[in-house]
Amino acid sequence: MVLLPAFGYLPVLGGNTFHLEAWQDLWARAGLGHSVWLSYASGLITTLVALFIVVLFLAASQGTWIDRTIRRMVSPLLAIPHAAVAFGLAFLIAPSGLLVRWVSPGLTGWERPPDLLIINDPSGLALMAGLILKEVPFLLLMSLAALPQLRPDSRVVLARSLGYAPGIAWLKCVFPALYPLIRLPVYAVIAYATSVVDMALILGPTLPPTLSVSILNWFNDPDLSRRFMASAGAVLQLGVTLAALLSWWIGEQAVKCLSQRWLTNGARSSGSTAIAVGGRALLITVTLLAISALFGLALFSVAGFWRFPDALPGTFTLDHWQRILPSVATPLINTLSVGLTATLIACVLVVATLEHAARHHLAARRVQWLLYLPLIVPQVAFLFGLVVAAESIAIRPQHALVVATHLLFVIPYLYLSLSEAYRRLDPRWGQVALSLGVSPWRAFWQVRLPLLLAPLLTACAVSLAVSIGQYLPTLLLGGGRVPTITTEAVAMASGGNRRLVAVLALLQALLPFIGFSLALLIPRFVWAKRRQMRGAA
Amino acid sequence: MKPRATLAAAVATVMLSLALPVAAAPAPGDWDAVLDAAEGQTVYWNAWAGEERTNAYISWVAEQVDALYGVELVHVKLGDTSEAVSRVLAEKQAGNDDQGSVDMIWINGENFAAMKANELLFGPWADSLPNYALTDPDNTPAVRYDWTIPVDGLESPWSSSQVVFYYDTALVEDHPDNMPALLEWAAQHPGEFTYPQVPNFLGNAFITQALLELSDTTDLFYKPMQEEDFDAATAPLWEFLDQLHPHLWRSGRAFPSNSADLRSLMSDSEISIALSFSTTEASGAIANYELPKTVRSYVHDSGMIGNMSFMAIPYNAQHKAGAMVVANYLMSPEAQAEKQDPAVWGSNTVLSMKMLSPDERALFDGIDLGIATLPPDELGEVLGQPHPSWVDAIVEAWQERYVN
Repeated sequence: MVLLPAFGYLPVLGGNTFHLEAWQDLWARAGLGHSVWLSYASGLITTLVALFIVVLFLAASQGTWIDRTIRRMVSPLLAIPHAAVAFGLAFLIAPSGLLVRWVSPGLTGWERPPDLLIINDPSGLALMAGLILKEVPFLLLMSLAALPQLRPDSRVVLARSLGYAPGIAWLKCVFPALYPLIRLPVYAVIAYATSVVDMALILGPTLPPTLSVSILNWFNDPDLSRRFMASAGAVLQLGVTLAALLSWWIGEQAVKCLSQRWLTNGARSSGSTAIAVGGRALLITVTLLAISALFGLALFSVAGFWRFPDALPGTFTLDHWQRILPSVATPLINTLSVGLTATLIACVLVVATLEHAARHHLAARRVQWLLYLPLIVPQVAFLFGLVVAAESIAIRPQHALVVATHLLFVIPYLYLSLSEAYRRLDPRWGQVALSLGVSPWRAFWQVRLPLLLAPLLTACAVSLAVSIGQYLPTLLLGGGRVPTITTEAVAMASGGNRRLVAVLALLQALLPFIGFSLALLIPRFVWAKRRQMRGAA
Repeated sequence: MKPRATLAAAVATVMLSLALPVAAAPAPGDWDAVLDAAEGQTVYWNAWAGEERTNAYISWVAEQVDALYGVELVHVKLGDTSEAVSRVLAEKQAGNDDQGSVDMIWINGENFAAMKANELLFGPWADSLPNYALTDPDNTPAVRYDWTIPVDGLESPWSSSQVVFYYDTALVEDHPDNMPALLEWAAQHPGEFTYPQVPNFLGNAFITQALLELSDTTDLFYKPMQEEDFDAATAPLWEFLDQLHPHLWRSGRAFPSNSADLRSLMSDSEISIALSFSTTEASGAIANYELPKTVRSYVHDSGMIGNMSFMAIPYNAQHKAGAMVVANYLMSPEAQAEKQDPAVWGSNTVLSMKMLSPDERALFDGIDLGIATLPPDELGEVLGQPHPSWVDAIVEAWQERYVN
């Protein structure tokens, strides 16, 4: 459905023949090369930096109360929607933003904001910073969910008994085992960062914007013939994402080769102080930035008029909350019912698939990549085809159709969050249970599933957050029949009243926040007497 | 994939069995039949929803049409009108010609031109509405031509708007009155003016305004563009923009994305002069705590670009009768006066005062326009939107020149 219009075929707009005009138009676009480069580079750099921060922190982390506190502060950040983080960050670091306000005019002497290009900078630094704020919590959570089955503590203890400094011990003995487990989430981050739209709209460069934003603009162009070029752009976007993934894969191989010597060189402590300090400092910076961004949003949601360079709004008011709250009940209920239904269905399907594979010792199939396709093809491009497909078989917009569409995005995330943890679960647990004479079902319910409780709940929380974040699928497939808190928030964001946007963004963050909190708390409650089973949070 | 296909087929079967028989829409001219058919219908109105005051007004309309006509009105909140166009396009592609999910769209200009050209609209119906005469269509070309494209009864007028500038009197002593003066002012106050990035509609309006102001004769812009005229006709515009851009906010290296962004820049004192497509924007934003109380509006001496926005009904809408009843109510003096009140929304009426009864006129006379809103007699001449082919061409050329 993306491919046909890209090659000139879309009968409803009079495109009845195949040709390459759309591609010629696309190549002729001003700034196309720059757009492509921005998408490619920002995807790779973001992932690299985010992974670096997470790994360094995990290496530095000693399980002290400080480390545990930092971890607990990071996880809820995952609940804040991308657009909300972007809004918050933009307001934090802009020349007229919160940080400058706090030091002006006292330290700077600025009565008017300086004319500096920070947000929307041509090289996309602000966009990358925003993405890193969101991807660090995601990768950290994925790592924490995968870690317990590696029994990192005993590995580190062993290495330390051989004289390795703690950070080095972790990097050399745990990380090489951890990386394969979080590889799929890392790939998802690359795919996401190369094709992100909402954050790029707010923080990204504009002259030209990233490829994904350009595609959205062409699809939204009133001139409907632009859609041919937009479809060609979507195919190109897929190519850019694949190129980024391929580059990363090549990088992986290179690191694998080059690090062999370092892993076995026997050096026990060089760099360990840097790891201990840097790992914590970087993560704390990320966390503080995100929390300040959130604080800025909260401040705006109750702000009256707020002139630069006042550090705080001149007046406070509950007007904004009072105007929004009466109308959010239905959207909140819709959001929750769609999210929970989609998560539940996805959970059953994914666990059934994984359990089936585990029982019959099936290797991951090659068709798996199909599952991930919805994550790497720009939504705006293939949703149109989906609407056509649903309409062709006379499925009218409704609740169930929205749930079905959300499944396209929820299943891959749930699968990639859970599959490695599931596959690597020591099969001997199940074998012991079977040898004691229970049925495979009972072994599954009473042994394997409880062992996987922490990663399963985390995966469900991620899925719920993914479902809650969907805008275009909900709007286009739901035909406006299923308003959710996200469709309300995005529509309101297009009007740009920062105070009302802040209210909706905070509301939008509420549900996933509850989801993540439950995912962390339930294992602690259920396994109150079994510390090792609680997951690593 | 196979189980999923089976599931989809099963769902499809259930849905088909549930599908209601389609009632043919009554002829727009037979108003009583339209009212009868409309009763009990649910109308899905797809409208941009970025402004809370607009949304609140639409909720008010929903209460009224429910009470008056038994029509249930649902506001489908959009971030961009093209999302509704996508939906209709997909339905047409799939052959859903009578059970479309979009009943009514808030639309104008290029989106209207595109939908009309691709035969995605129902009609003619708009000139059959009882309240249509109140717009005095014979003497008001703006309700018959949407960006020079003949409306042909395919959409009914809803709101009129005009570009105005607004500025902070605490920061600017004398505001400029024309484009060359704006350039001079910007050179003296670097970084304190900007406009939304083309192709945002307000950005397009700014460069169109500049084109009209800087050209000696503007007649040719109201006819379809001839390729050979383009370079000569637009040369003054590019000369002006080339000179202006280095003096803009961020030296023209970045532009705000839309009117809301622009308003935020004013709110943060980053810039001192901005523009809007709503004459009451400044007053509304002051009431919303978004702008300082010292902000006021002004217009250029030569007049400012204005246009109207409309209601259109897609060709395959399921509830056409209901949509017509709502569109007609939206043009009623009662609904138009409520809309014009800045305390509610502050969007200008499309009705012609001389067509109203004294009682109806009184509804409008009592409205307090707000502290930063220019009274109607100070808004000056309304310049018509050029033909879309011209706007498309200068938008395209702008991107060629300034995106790299």
